[in-house]
This record gives sequence, structure tokens and C-alpha cells, in this order.
Amino acid sequence: MLRTRARALGYLLPSLAIFAVFFVYPILSCLWLSLHRWDLLGEPQWVGAHNYQRLLSGDALGPVLVRTLLYAAGTVAGSMAGGLLLALAVHRTGRIGGAIRSAIFASYVVSWVGVSLLWSYLLDGQVGPISGALRSVGLPALDWLGDPDLALGSLVLVSIWKIVGYDMVLYLAALEDIAPELREAAALDGASAWQTFRHVLWPLLRPTTAFLLVTGTIMSFQGFDVVRVMTGGGPANATQIYVHWVYEQAFAYFRIGPASAAVVLFLVPLGILTWLGRRVGRGEGVL
Amino acid sequence: MRPAVTVRRLAIACAAVFALCEVAPYLVMLSGSLKSLEEVSRVPPTVLPEALHPENYRAVFESAPMARYLLNTIVVSGAIAAIQLVLVCLAAYALVFLRAPGGRGVRLLVLACLLVPPQVRFVPVYVLLARFDLLDTFFALVVPHATSALGILLVEKAMRAVPPEVVEAARLDGAGDLAILGRVVVPMIRPTLVAFALFSVVYHWNDYFWTLVMTTDDSVRTLPVGVALLREQGTGVRWHVVMAGNVVVTLPVLVAFAFAQKHLVRAFTWSAGK
Repeated sequence: MLRTRARALGYLLPSLAIFAVFFVYPILSCLWLSLHRWDLLGEPQWVGAHNYQRLLSGDALGPVLVRTLLYAAGTVAGSMAGGLLLALAVHRTGRIGGAIRSAIFASYVVSWVGVSLLWSYLLDGQVGPISGALRSVGLPALDWLGDPDLALGSLVLVSIWKIVGYDMVLYLAALEDIAPELREAAALDGASAWQTFRHVLWPLLRPTTAFLLVTGTIMSFQGFDVVRVMTGGGPANATQIYVHWVYEQAFAYFRIGPASAAVVLFLVPLGILTWLGRRVGRGEGVL
Repeated sequence: MRPAVTVRRLAIACAAVFALCEVAPYLVMLSGSLKSLEEVSRVPPTVLPEALHPENYRAVFESAPMARYLLNTIVVSGAIAAIQLVLVCLAAYALVFLRAPGGRGVRLLVLACLLVPPQVRFVPVYVLLARFDLLDTFFALVVPHATSALGILLVEKAMRAVPPEVVEAARLDGAGDLAILGRVVVPMIRPTLVAFALFSVVYHWNDYFWTLVMTTDDSVRTLPVGVALLREQGTGVRWHVVMAGNVVVTLPVLVAFAFAQKHLVRAFTWSAGK
């Protein structure tokens, strides 16, 4: 018995060691670093809550937060609405539906870098095919990524384009789980398509909706690649969202203290969202 | 009934149009990668290249150590997936069949780690690796990902479906735990392992953030970082070369998706419990 326990620990040890060094320690280290001033060289200097005070009172983080929330709201709402509509359209359509599903899900598997480079070309204000096509039919070409009023919206559209397949596939799976008899019963009772959706399907899809809402928000709070590759945070900071801002604080300005404090603050919504996800999505997935 | 059928057809048609919008950009990428610099920037754009310029691909491999990036990507994503499979199987086996002491605590820790993304960990890990002079090494790219919280949860779930009598019978036959794991349990949960391995390879093939932070040296950098750099080189973007580079990083994933679609859809949506 004792030997079995020792062996069990031995089997767990490599994974536990990785988790300890690369997951648990970084969180604790972030807390410590967030209370210091440090430029990666020399010795960190204790500054107490100074970094937090500056982040929370100054106007550095405010606009970044607003942009992050806008990006997240747009991306999550767009991909969920799109995913639901596509799932409803494609549900029970056999091979055509299967082909449509594959075509749309493929982009979810492709890297953010691949998608971002692709759309950087497509949306280029001067030579991009979209601007070119618009101009050749006499329409004004917009500078999708160069105009501060448009850039964040463009990133939202590209992100929706990439991830909508995920939402679609999860909604499709949820629709498959709904017994056809329920719809038939609704139809026999004379319910319209909208009434069937509103009163039969939508309530049954709620756990999936909650799950997608929470995980989608968590994922889009972590958005980085698409910003880094497509706009670098510009123009005029119009696409400077949370993780990219932290990355620049740390590796462009070597302000490790504020960067770490921002990460710690980031854990708060992450924790709340996770807790919410576990509550609303009982039994749904591993979250 | 008739209007319902019309609505249905209209909905499918709209979905098909949207699917076309999802596929068309990849065709634009492929077409652009074979155009001349003048043609790739032309207004109005051409659909197909007037003449094929496969030398764009040579330019990709000449303007950056792309062959090296490609090799690094294969080595890193392959090594991560292989090591993850081993460590994940061992950990899950201990949790399911050895009744590891503190199993509940371990499971909570795994769940917590699942929810801590790289974007939260990169600064301290960078500092830690720098202190041990491990930046710009394969160690920095592989070891922090040597195990997977998601993997442990998935494989544990699959192992719980293995009848305990089978394991008990093997044990009575005198098989050791490693033999039971390798010869009895692993074959029974193969679909889960295949799906997880595919997920892991694609995920780390695609990784940009971690590699960007932990490396500055071409000798260990991977494709996504290298291809993204193509865009920043020199004056004026050479879109034909960037698109060719993008084909190199994207096409393997699309081909893998085409051949192993069932596995990949399952693996990528698994965390949702589907």
C-alpha cells in the first residue's frame, strides 16, 4: 500500500513540478514584482502599492481597459450571434451542412498569426484587394487598419471571422442533443418558427450560451497576436488592448513593476468569470 | 409548410455564402503568393496570377532562415506533444488507478492551472529563465509546456471509462504499473490520446506569444514568429513574399485539418465537454 502511494506520487511528480515552477510560482512572483520598481537590470526596489495606485488612478490603464472591453464585447457578441445563426441554418442539412461547417471551422484551427497576416494584406488601405475592389467600382476605399476610428472594429471583425466556427460547432452539438419530438410537438401545437426557437430551443441552449459567453470573454481578454501582427497597437494607440499593453510595458519600456501589477489586476476579472462559468454552466465542460 | 421550406433554403444559402467568405481569403493568399510584386499590389486586383512566380517561395527561404524556423517548429511542437503524452498519461494513471494521496487537491491544482493562461505568466517566467541563462533555448520553449492541465483532465476522464477489472486482472497476472499503463490502458484510450496529441501539435505549431517573448535568436525561433517578421522587413511590404511565407505556416495546418478533421474538431472543442 505504501509502495503504491509512493509510486503514485512518483508518476504525478513531473507534472506537479512543471505546474509549481511555471504556473504557481509565476503568480506569486507577479505579486512580489508588482510591489517593486524594476527595469530587469539591477535590484528591484520596494515601492509598496505605488504601481497599483498609479495604474488605478492614472489615465494610462483606463483607455486600455475600455478598448479591451470593446474588443471583447464585439468579438464575443459577434461570434456568438454568428455561430448561433449558422448553427440553426446548417443543422440537419446533411452533406452540404457538413461542408459549410468544415469550411467555417478551419479558420479556428489556423494560427492567429496566419489569419492576421492574411487580413493585413486583404485590408491594406493602399494595395489591399478589398480596397482595390472598392476603388475600382468607384466606392471610397477605407483605411481599415490605418484609421484610428476603424482599426479596433477591423480587428473585431477579423477575430469574429476566425473564431465563429467554434461557437457554431458548439451550438450545433447542443442542437443535436435536443430531441426532435420537442420541435414536432411545438409544430403540432401551431407554434411559429420564431416561437419554437424562443420558447423551446433557446432555453435548452442556455448552458451552451453561458459557456460560450464566459470562455469567449476570457479568450478575448487574452487577445494579443492579432494586435501585434496587424497594428502593433496603433494607429495612435487605437488598438492598444490589455495584454499587448502589458507586453510593451515589460519588454519595450522595461517597467516590470507596473506590468506585473497589471497582470495581478487582470486575475480579478479572470477569477470572477471562471467562477461565473462554473456556476452557470454546471456540468458543461471542464471549465 | 411551403414558406418554412423557403426560409430553410434561404438560411442554407446565407450560410454557404458565409462559408465562401471564410474560404476565399485563403485562395487570395495562395494566388497572391504566386504573383509578382507589381501584380500583388495592383488596383483593381487580379483574381489569378497572370504568370506564376514560384520564386517568391525561394525569396521567403532566402530572406530569412525559414528552413531553420520550419525545422525548429517541427522539433518544438513534436517534442512538446511527445513529452506531454508521457507525463499526462502517468499523472492521469496515478489519479485513476493508484488512488494518489491528495488526489482531490491535485485535481484542484490542475483545474486552476488550466485557467492561468501564458499571458498571465510570461513576465516571471522570462525573469526566471533569464536568471538561469535559459532564454533562447529549446528548454525555454519546451519544458514550460511539458505537461498539460487540459490533457490530464481529458485523459483522466477517458481512463475512468476503463473497467477496473481489466486493470485488476493484469495486476493479478503480475504486470507492473508501467506495463499495465502501456499495454492495457493506453490501447483502450487511443482515440483520446490521438485527438489530444493532434491538438497539442497544432496548438504549439501555431504558438506565437510564448516564442516571441522567450527568444530573440534565429537559431531557436519558430515559423509564426519568423513569418510575422517578414512583414516588418525593409521598406514597403513585399506582400507576395509575405503571402508565400504565410502559405508555409498555414498550409500544413489546413492539410492536417482536411485529413484529421474529426479528431481536430473533437480536440479543439473538447474543453467544452462535447
